[in-house]
Amino acid sequence: MRKRSTRTFLPNKKTAYAFALLFLIGAIFIGTAVGTIHVPFRHIAAILAHHLFGTGLSMDASIDNIVWKIRFPRVVLAGLIGASLAIAGAAFQGLLRNPLADPYTLGVSSGASVGAVLVLFFHVSIPFLGGFTLPVVSVATAILTIFCVLLFAQTIERSMKLETIILTGIIFSSFLGSFISLMIALTGEELRQIINWLLGSVSMRGWSYVQLMTPFFIGGALLLMYMAPELNAMSFGEEKAKYLGVNVQRKKMMVLIAGSVLTGAAVAVSGTIGFVGLVVPHFVRILIGPDHRHLLPLSMITGAGFLIMADLTARTIISPTELPIGVITSLIGAPVFALILLNKKRKGGVA
Amino acid sequence: MLQVNELSGGYGSGLIVRGVSFSVKQGELFGILGPNGSGKTTLLNMISGLTKPASGTIVVKEKPILTYAPKELARVVAVLPQMTSSQYAYTVKETVSLGRYAHQTGFFKSWTNEDETAVQEAMNQTGTSLFADKQLSALSGGERQRVFLAQALAQEPEILLLDEPTNHLDLSFQKDLLDLLKQMTSNGLTVISIFHDLNLASLYCDRLLLMKNGAVHTIGTAADIMKEQHIHDVYNTDVQKQPHPEVPKPQMSLLPAPSNVQPVEIGEELLEWHSDYISIRPPVPLKTLSSGVIGAGWGWRSAFVNRHVDKNYNMDNFEEEAANYFHERGFDLNETVGMMTAVKMNDASYRREVRDDVSVFVVATAGVGNAVDVTRPRASWKEKKKPGTINIWVFANGKLSEEAFVQGLMTATEAKAKALADAGVRDPETGTIATGTSTDSMLIAATQRGAYQQFAGSITPLGIAIGCAVYKSVTEALEKSSRRKAML
Repeated sequence: MRKRSTRTFLPNKKTAYAFALLFLIGAIFIGTAVGTIHVPFRHIAAILAHHLFGTGLSMDASIDNIVWKIRFPRVVLAGLIGASLAIAGAAFQGLLRNPLADPYTLGVSSGASVGAVLVLFFHVSIPFLGGFTLPVVSVATAILTIFCVLLFAQTIERSMKLETIILTGIIFSSFLGSFISLMIALTGEELRQIINWLLGSVSMRGWSYVQLMTPFFIGGALLLMYMAPELNAMSFGEEKAKYLGVNVQRKKMMVLIAGSVLTGAAVAVSGTIGFVGLVVPHFVRILIGPDHRHLLPLSMITGAGFLIMADLTARTIISPTELPIGVITSLIGAPVFALILLNKKRKGGVA
Repeated sequence: MLQVNELSGGYGSGLIVRGVSFSVKQGELFGILGPNGSGKTTLLNMISGLTKPASGTIVVKEKPILTYAPKELARVVAVLPQMTSSQYAYTVKETVSLGRYAHQTGFFKSWTNEDETAVQEAMNQTGTSLFADKQLSALSGGERQRVFLAQALAQEPEILLLDEPTNHLDLSFQKDLLDLLKQMTSNGLTVISIFHDLNLASLYCDRLLLMKNGAVHTIGTAADIMKEQHIHDVYNTDVQKQPHPEVPKPQMSLLPAPSNVQPVEIGEELLEWHSDYISIRPPVPLKTLSSGVIGAGWGWRSAFVNRHVDKNYNMDNFEEEAANYFHERGFDLNETVGMMTAVKMNDASYRREVRDDVSVFVVATAGVGNAVDVTRPRASWKEKKKPGTINIWVFANGKLSEEAFVQGLMTATEAKAKALADAGVRDPETGTIATGTSTDSMLIAATQRGAYQQFAGSITPLGIAIGCAVYKSVTEALEKSSRRKAML
């Protein structure tokens, strides 16, 4: 019965949404305000209002530049990535019936990484895309990987049991991972660049990356949220879901593709950022329960706020040097996760 | 409601179910029985649409099952698997509500009043509304199974499929669950369930399907299925059929493999003499059919007591008094047959007879103050009686069929009547030859070891032995007690 107390902590779903949104808005403002030059909140509000709603602006153009051209796109991008990874993680955990699944389980990140590392290694630059080559190639290889994994799983077994899909994902991850290692081993001067990309970063991306990311995010997130009832059913097992009337085969594919596209896009624009997709859904589930109709949107909001705060930490903690954001999420994520597990074992239950 | 025609199928290349056909009517409780690996679950999985059959058809409500859309099928057929689990802490209410998935249509899948009513009703029926807000992980296995039953009922199905629903439930939940299912079939729900327990299936099912090696062995009512030969064929094990004590359905008992059976012989060396009782405590329990005041009916008994009571013994609450008496002398009431007589124990007679491969040992006490000719009408059986009773123990050293037990009682009774006639004992009221006394008791007990005796009629070895031994011992006992009377 002690476990109930954790559930009644946020008795009302509305309260949960209010808290999450407050956290996100707070993160956005703090993330935009803090830096070498401090920008007060009201200035941020004025600048945002100016750009979003066309209100007048009476402020230094350089401040406007810092906020609107540098910091705000960075915050928005971090938010989109955090949201994508968290919602994809929540969906995968429900679908795979494993609270330890994360969005990288199916080898999507390795696929995206191979594309990115190839671009860096061979200095590829596709005409018309220019500096945009890397994320575009990366998204493409990520999506290619998902389809390879699913196709391969289907060749093994027509019904595509989740276990088969997980195993196939592991095979592809290892295989693609060795390609990345090979290129790292062969590379010379690009080593630092490659490692930095692999560790993940959202710096110096600008609005174009946000534009690249947004369609994938909106499509993937909406699709996953629409699939929440099916995810609830499928977290009791594929058979049970089928008995309840879920078209398991089709919905499973949709969840896998939507989640992987979200993940692939996130990895493409920022590198592999670990632990967000694992810890955030876990944390949210403890607070509001496993119902995916609320778990997915709340994970998304919380994930966005979390990654904005992580990025803020990454760029300010030993300023002016910037740490890779993936290092920060793992540094925070791993101990938090350990604490959650420890706490749960003490209470003697399965969340 | 459901027709299965020539259904075959399985996983991978091998066929597990081969050419199964049957049909189930609306409101039936239909049981599927069979040993492990006989294809029960595969059959059920095909009916639930989980596995595609290799050949054959399944028609649900006049429509082939393959033409149903998943949601459409879930509104007609609900399934309760053996075990369902989730990694996540769903509450009972959330879990049961998932049963409404198939009923929620439209883009926004809104929760209607109808959905809420169905969920509440399902929880009330299964008694799960008490813990609606608890998490699944906080429930016991039995409670969890009831939650998933509620989920299946929330689907408002017309057919409910269950795979060994009572597997994880303790005795009372098993009964509650099956009572509930039975009650719901009378409201029109069709239930098809796999059973592991022959006896439970026999008790509750309208019809049963017995499977062997993926094919139908027998289909029919419990009485058709529950035959020792069928069960032996299918399960390859020995069982013994017997009637249920209260319900007209057959039940099966397992017969353990016989373990190193030593022959046991009941004879006079086992007879213990005491001033107020005689007893026999055989080295193994004996299968006994008796009419003693203690331990009447069928049973396995390990002590036999014939007790002398005073002729003024108060019969009003003899059960309690007798229970105390036997208890004080170290007899386990559950395993004892007790008889009472006013006759002195010194007048007990015994006799051993051997015929072919069977021997019989009979102990008798005989008092005839109450002698009765059962063929003559009398005013009332309540009139004040004088003491006098004939108690007869028949021990058979052999393995007797139930038929032999009954025939043995008949033979012994005939021999007793003959002994009374030859001794000239008369019914004091009618003056005719008596057939017995008003309070006679008799038992027949067998070691169930040694040669098998199917019959104990009057021309079988066992019957002849019983007849001779009873006749001689009763005659001798009559002589002894009349001699004692004469001396008084």
